[in-house]
Amino acid sequence: MSLSPQGTAASADPLTAVIEVEDLVVRYGTATAVDQVSITVGAGEAVALVGPNGAGKSSLVDAVMGLLRPAAGSVRLHGRAALVPEGRQMFPDLDVEDNLRLGAWPLRSRGAAARDTSRVYEVLPDLAYIRRRKAGALSGGQQQMVAFGRALMADPDVLVVDELSLGLAPLITAALAEHLRELNTSRGLAVLLIEQNARLALDLCTRGYVLESGRIRTEGPSAQLADSAEVAAAYLGGAAEPSGAPDTEGDGE
Amino acid sequence: MSDFLQYLISGLAVGCGFALLGSGLVTIHRVTRVVNFAQGMFAVVAGLTAGSLLSAGLPHGVAEVAAVLVAGATGLLVGIVAIGRRGTGPQSALIVTLGIGFLAYAGEILIWGEDPHSFAGLGGAVEIGGAHLQKQYFLVIGAAALGFTALGLFFTRSYLGKALGACASNPYAARAVGIDVTRMGLVAFTLGGMLGGVAGVLVTPLQSVSYHSDVLLITNGFAAAILGGLVRLGPALVGGLALGVAESMVAGYYEASYQSVVALALMLAVMVWRARRHTALYEEAT
Repeated sequence: MSLSPQGTAASADPLTAVIEVEDLVVRYGTATAVDQVSITVGAGEAVALVGPNGAGKSSLVDAVMGLLRPAAGSVRLHGRAALVPEGRQMFPDLDVEDNLRLGAWPLRSRGAAARDTSRVYEVLPDLAYIRRRKAGALSGGQQQMVAFGRALMADPDVLVVDELSLGLAPLITAALAEHLRELNTSRGLAVLLIEQNARLALDLCTRGYVLESGRIRTEGPSAQLADSAEVAAAYLGGAAEPSGAPDTEGDGE
Repeated sequence: MSDFLQYLISGLAVGCGFALLGSGLVTIHRVTRVVNFAQGMFAVVAGLTAGSLLSAGLPHGVAEVAAVLVAGATGLLVGIVAIGRRGTGPQSALIVTLGIGFLAYAGEILIWGEDPHSFAGLGGAVEIGGAHLQKQYFLVIGAAALGFTALGLFFTRSYLGKALGACASNPYAARAVGIDVTRMGLVAFTLGGMLGGVAGVLVTPLQSVSYHSDVLLITNGFAAAILGGLVRLGPALVGGLALGVAESMVAGYYEASYQSVVALALMLAVMVWRARRHTALYEEAT
């Protein structure tokens, strides 16, 4: 708890926040996955949410994206949030182009121009070469890039990335992290990065929260979190190699 | 030779009906993973409705289209009951559709009675190679060809069609990009109802329908659809046509009462074969 005061001070001004989560509680039956969590992501800000497997990260993501109904508390989005889901979540029978185009759902509200994929190919040129390949036949790294592109198709104000590095080789992860940094710094896209690999997440983001057993254990600027003895002991010690995140599933359930 | 041609064409026409019914099953399963056992009921409702509307004085065309729309509305209702409640799994929904199918008997008997009904389709016949062929056969075959082409293009080319398919292939991702999976399931049920309805209005002039005709229709439609693992349209069409022709030949050269044995035998063979190969259907059942 030593970092909490500074962390609160470093929080974004709520007036310019894109994501405001207040006292959020998520329950599955009698089990509480997220317990009174409050986080904020400011416009153009990159925020990390780190924590071990089962800390409630994915439940928090689902609540932020409106994919589950919280038991208590509130989630407010000011602008559009798009998700890069855990495990890439491709539409395997569709080609890359169609996977991207479905990112521009809904059907009517924004017209055909919203479904133009060329702006994604500008940002992620590698995708243009595989646009006619079936998503199910791609490598994990390629799929993760498609997941990024699909999220960008929604023209989001904030990108919610659930497990960037999970199951990917270190070099691939580094390349994707560079894309994410580029989107954040040059295009002003806000990012909420959920990661088991705390070192990677804190390196990419300016501010972070540490979630443990459904509660925010500590928060603050990334540099402080990375230097903090308790965070280092809990999450950085075991992650000597950058892609040290174990291949796990069912986080937070 | 003329007998053979007769059996072939009539078999193809009836097979088109099976295939259309199967396409409704495929449409619903493709989007919701639900095997809709109320599918035969859509055809019965449409066939009986079209007959009533025609005897009430509506012209051909209008009555059939209205009956297909009624079947679509019936499909939507079945969908609301089967999958409308969030969190209903495909297996529970399957049982619900089975229940609705039987429940519908009561309503159908109340409105139309227990006797079989039919109505005159496209009148007249043509002579080809000595065979006397009803024009209705060709109407059914043409309409089915058109229906399958349109449906295939819809699923593989249109944005809505791809989004519908995405719901079953990855429901989580579909929801993550903002697709309302339940609503899309209802769209699929409505479409499935209409496809069943098209089968009903086309086939009723060939063989009269009563409230329990759905059993024969669903048996054949399911046997056709299972050939494509309940997700692919092409095999469902091939299966439907093969069944129609095989049953027509069995009835013509041998004994009519063995007709449904052909469908059941094919269905069993395909299911056993697919289960061995650990394909989609096997996973569905576990």
